[in-house]
Formats: sequence, structure tokens, C-alpha cells
Amino acid sequence: MTIDTLRFATAGSVDDGKSTLVGRLLHDSKAVLADQMEAVERASLGRGQEAPDLALLTDGLRAEREQGITIDVAYRYFATPQRRFILADTPGHVQYTRNMVTGASTADLAVVLVDARHGVVEQTRRHAAVAALLRVPQVVLTVNKMDLVGYQESVFAAIAEEFTAYATQLGIRQITTVPVSALDGDNVVEPSRNMDWYGGPTVLEHLETVPVGHRTNDEPARIPVQYVIRPQTAENPDYRGYAGQITSGALHVGEPVTVLPSGRTSTVEAIDMLGEPVGTAWAPQSVTVRLTDGIDVSRGDLIAPTATAPTVTREVGATVCHVADRPLTIGQRVLLKHTTRTVKAIVEEIPSRLALDDLSQHPAPGELVANDIGRVRVRTAEPLALDAYADSRRTGSFLLIDPADGTTLAAGMADATG
Amino acid sequence: MTTAAVTQGAVRDPGGDGHPRRTDHQDRTAGSPYSLTHLDVLESEAVHIFREVAGEFERPVILFSGGKDSIVMLHLALKAFAPAPVPFSLLHVDTGHNFPEVLEYRDRTVARHGLRLHIASVQDYINRGELRERPDGTRNPLQTVPLTDAIRNARFDAVFGGGRRDEEKARAKERVFSLRDEFSQWDPRRQRPELWQLYNGRHAPGEHVRVFPLSNWTELDVWQYIDREQIELPAIYFSHEREVFRRAGMWLTAGDWGGPGDGETVEKRRVRYRTVGDMSCTGAVDSDAATLNAVIAEIAASRLTERGATRADDKLSEAAMEDRKREGYF
Repeated sequence: MTIDTLRFATAGSVDDGKSTLVGRLLHDSKAVLADQMEAVERASLGRGQEAPDLALLTDGLRAEREQGITIDVAYRYFATPQRRFILADTPGHVQYTRNMVTGASTADLAVVLVDARHGVVEQTRRHAAVAALLRVPQVVLTVNKMDLVGYQESVFAAIAEEFTAYATQLGIRQITTVPVSALDGDNVVEPSRNMDWYGGPTVLEHLETVPVGHRTNDEPARIPVQYVIRPQTAENPDYRGYAGQITSGALHVGEPVTVLPSGRTSTVEAIDMLGEPVGTAWAPQSVTVRLTDGIDVSRGDLIAPTATAPTVTREVGATVCHVADRPLTIGQRVLLKHTTRTVKAIVEEIPSRLALDDLSQHPAPGELVANDIGRVRVRTAEPLALDAYADSRRTGSFLLIDPADGTTLAAGMADATG
Repeated sequence: MTTAAVTQGAVRDPGGDGHPRRTDHQDRTAGSPYSLTHLDVLESEAVHIFREVAGEFERPVILFSGGKDSIVMLHLALKAFAPAPVPFSLLHVDTGHNFPEVLEYRDRTVARHGLRLHIASVQDYINRGELRERPDGTRNPLQTVPLTDAIRNARFDAVFGGGRRDEEKARAKERVFSLRDEFSQWDPRRQRPELWQLYNGRHAPGEHVRVFPLSNWTELDVWQYIDREQIELPAIYFSHEREVFRRAGMWLTAGDWGGPGDGETVEKRRVRYRTVGDMSCTGAVDSDAATLNAVIAEIAASRLTERGATRADDKLSEAAMEDRKREGYF
């Protein structure tokens, strides 16, 4: 039987109990093994705490344990009989917005946490906005610390309503809300006995059953060429294969294809799946494609079915999240990495910066600094076969890199091109 | 504006059973013509990482210890470039306290695939007086210097490691592409954000990138993949009789490296190894699991993590792994 995998990210403000929620999720779903639990008990006792502090299960760095906050994104793995989970556990503090962006970039679902006493705050709106921008298909709002508001349904209902209205406005389509107490375990894995009025799934039940939005197979096929395989051996004197991972769609032997940005056309002669020939391959399989014609193809090219090939462009409009400590400025020369292609580029314009509190666009900010989300226009030295991020998270995304030392400056999500 | 589909549990739960979507989920997995197993997805992701490094770096090397994770890495690399040979050489940091069965496996594998093996020897450093034996006799922390010297001397710019994020909570913070400075140091607070599957391998001369293709694999995934692909392993991974003694709650193999000490007695037990490392700090576990199926069943039921069960050096302090990684260890 195939057990599928849900990739999800968590986000919450400082001190709203996110590490405790994640610790509770891992602990109560039996994903924590005895020696890990002993280590947490030992450390908790050493700090004079009576009960094991579940946050210590996840805060892995010295600085995190010293400060009692999560600094960097961490990945955790657990499974239930229903499903496997890859959890990107991301920090909530405003200065680590880039880490939430990192976690959200590959997530099928985001868990946003709020403190029941404080309700929807600016950080909550920021997390919802990031989830929407990164096109995370599902959002779960967990209203934590329900024990501190007397488990009142009205408190939960008001927060759920406010968040749902806001997230809907952002364009998030699938929203689920769950009242929890991470400290006591109410509605995390086990249903709460303190909130009879809630009839919905626990957080884990929802994670186990929510449909994973892998729609990539309905999309047009895209194969960014990573590497040309040419053995030039006695057994394979003429073998020339284009190695790459199918980022979306399905590819068939005999299909007419176009290689971009050159625009040369050919036909798929064979598809080798890690050494074995196949007739069809689909995302996210890593394959080696052979073409009928000896056309020039190299790393950085994109192979796509001729009927649904993207257009190429040297003018890129995009939303970017600035992830570096040094700013991004107009006129700056950068490298743009899109799929397997890295090209020189220049930042032509920074039309606006997003104010996350009210989602308004502040015009002409002049530069973007760490954790800013803004609009940019970039011109590239060579054409790119770029999809809109709205159509493809893989072929619609790119990095801006400082050519001087390789620092990743910004993560970009492309607009639809003409 | 599109109307959101809201599942506000208390209000909207048409089935009334708390599982409004279970049916959808089952339909999707059963009905899709393009489904893949989780091992297929992990394999494809790892192959993608190997090919990215081949496409972007000048001098990559695979750290190869003869342990199961590095064996799986080599297997993936062989598949990634088929029918061409693997375009990387191998590097083994030999602590001088390796299991003979593992060294034999290492040399046989290298010969079979026509690969080039670099060896960085801890014993050589000790013999030359450049490293000193620790009072506790463990050589694991001593590996860092020969490893970083080997990387610098051979000018490797990408170094594949078999580290998995599920192993340990400091490793859970590790990137797939992890930039190291010219001293091989890891600074967890200054890591590059890693988004989508866009890996940034840019580095200055003297710096290198550690690459972890198995980041998203768990111990169980590794064993299931070994089973699916029928990959040969050194025999010490399977139950066998061995002379061991108890130290710090673990069964260590008796040998020239320095055990047993005073008050420690040797006994014969049926054991196997969950990890393969330096003999002075890698413990065996009591086990009758002599086949892949038995090993998988044993791991699935185990209440101890791989490292908790078998690695003494991770217990030195709460942040032992983080501290070693900062200095250049994997």
C-alpha cells in the first residue's frame, strides 16, 4: 500500500507555545523515542522544572535552549499508520520571517498558531500572508492556550471568524480552525474532554486526512536539464542523455518537445528511469531523456512538450522575500538562479514593499531589507523559460544571489509573463 | 473573491464523525495513475541533489565509511549517472579503530565500481604527534582535523555526507547544501535559507559545501530502501555472536583499541550494529535479527533512536553534536 507524505510547516509568534505544540504532536503520536524523552526529562529537571518541557524536544541549538525560543527552521519526521509527515518547524519571531518563507516554500499545509488570550495579532497576519504568497494550499489555525480562557467556545469562535475572514481575503482557499491546549494535549492528538462543544478533528486527525494538493501531474511537463550524461564507453559509445527531475506534469516517449531558451524542437526517443527504460514518467521523478535529434542541449536548458512550452523572457516581474542582512537596491547587479540556470541580472525597479499589517503596498521604498516582502522588476542577460509562480512553484520560483560572495539575497516568485 | 472552504470543526462536520475528509484522501491515493511510493520520492530527490552537485561543482567527493548511509549514497549516485560511471571520488576518514569487516567491504566496493578512494588517517596524525589520544579513548572527535585537512589539501569543493535530519536535533537544523568556511566551520545561525529545491552552491575559494542527499530520510527509510534495492551490507549490521563488554550502558567490541579496561569483563553475546563508526564509541545492540526483514521489524518496534542506542559521544553533553558540527565534523 502506498502511504503518502504530507509536508507541513508551523508558524507562531514568540511565546504562543509553538514548540510545545510540536513537542506534543510528536510525543502524543508516539514519535518520540525513550532516549529522547529521557534527555528532555533530564534537562527539564536540571532547570528545576517539574514536568518535562516538551519544547526541549525541538529546540536543538544551544542558543535556542538558552533563550527559550526557536531561531532556525528545523525539519522533523514522523509517521502514523495513515501517513508520513515532514514538518518544517519554523520560528515565529519577526526577524526570522525568512525562515518561515523557507519552511513554507515546500509545504502542502501551514499550521498557524495563536494564543487564545491575544487572538489574531500582527504576526498572525504576517504568517497568513506568507502562506498565501508562497501558495501553501492549506492553512490550519490552532487557537492555543484554551485552558487559560476557560475553554470558552465564544473566545475560539471569535478568533476563528476573524482569522478566516482575513485569510480568505488573502486568497487562501482551505482553512481549518482547531481549539487546543498544547500544554495539556487537548485536541492535539487526543480529543479534549474540556471542550465538548468542539466536534471537529484534532490537529493530528486533520493532518492525517487532509487531501494533499499534488496537482502537478495535471500541469504541463517541465524538465530542467541538470547534467548531460555521455558515458563514451565501449558499451555506450553514442549515449547522450539529458538528466533532470520532472518538476511538473508527465512526459511520454514519442512526444514532440521544445528545448528552451533556444526553441529547437525534437522528439522524445527514450526515457531512462535511473537505468531502466520507461514509456512515461511524471513529477517528481528524476529521469534521463534522450531525443531523436542531435541538437545542442546543456545544463540550464528546459525540455517541455512543444504544445505547452512556456514563453521565454528577459524581463521578470516578481514578488520577492528578502532573506539577506544586506539590502537589495535598484541598479544592483545580481545572479538569478532559476531551476538549473544561473544568469546575470540587474534590479531595474523596486515598485513597492508590502506592509504586512494591513497588506497595503508602500510605493517606491528604494530598497528592500531583511525580511521585507516586495515587488521587483529584474532584467536578465539571457532569456529564461519562466512560468508564473501561480502555475508552478518549481519553475516559477528563483533566487537572487550576490555575485561577489554567493550570498542568497532574495527568494522570488514570478508573475505571469506576456 | 472566491469563497473559502472552511472546516471550522465545531460547526461544519457534515459526517458528524470528526473525519470529514477521510474519503477524499482514500480516493486520491487509490485513483491517481501517477502515484509514487515514498521511497520513489526520496530516491528521486536524492538523485536530483547528486546531479545538481555534478552540474555545479569542480571537485566533489563522497564521504564513504562503509556504513549503511554512505552505502545507500553510493548506490543512489550509481543510479543517478547510469549508464555512465559516478563522476565523484570517495573519501574515508579512517579512525584506526574500524571494524575489519567494514574495511574489507569498503575496499571491495571501491574495486568493483572502479572508483578512486582517498583515505584520511587519524592514526597517521597520532603517530606524527599532530593529534593526541583522548583520555576516554574515543577517536570520533579526532576525525575532524584529518577530514578538514583532506578537504583543503585535495581542494574538494563539495563533500557529500550521509547525515540525516532525523538523527539528532542539531542535525534537524542542517541544510541540504551547507556552506562551510575555510576552517570547515558550521554556524547554525548564519545558514543560507534554502527554498523550494533551489540549492545555492556558490562559495568563495577555500570554502566548500557539505551536501546531504539523505536529509529527508529516516533510519527506517534507509533500511526499507536497502531491502527494496537488495543492497549488500557489511555483515556486522546483522545478528552475530561477538565478544563484547559493557561500558557506559553500551556493548563495545573488545579489541586492541583499548577495551576492556579494569573491572570490565568480556562476554559472548548475540548482537548487531545499528550504526557503523569508531569501535571505541559505537555500541552494539542485543539482537536476533539476521535478515533484512527482521532488522526492519526490529527498528520499527524499537523505543530507542539509532544514536541513543549506539553512540556514546552524543551523550557527552546536551549539545555534543552541535559543538562537533561547528568545528567541522559532519
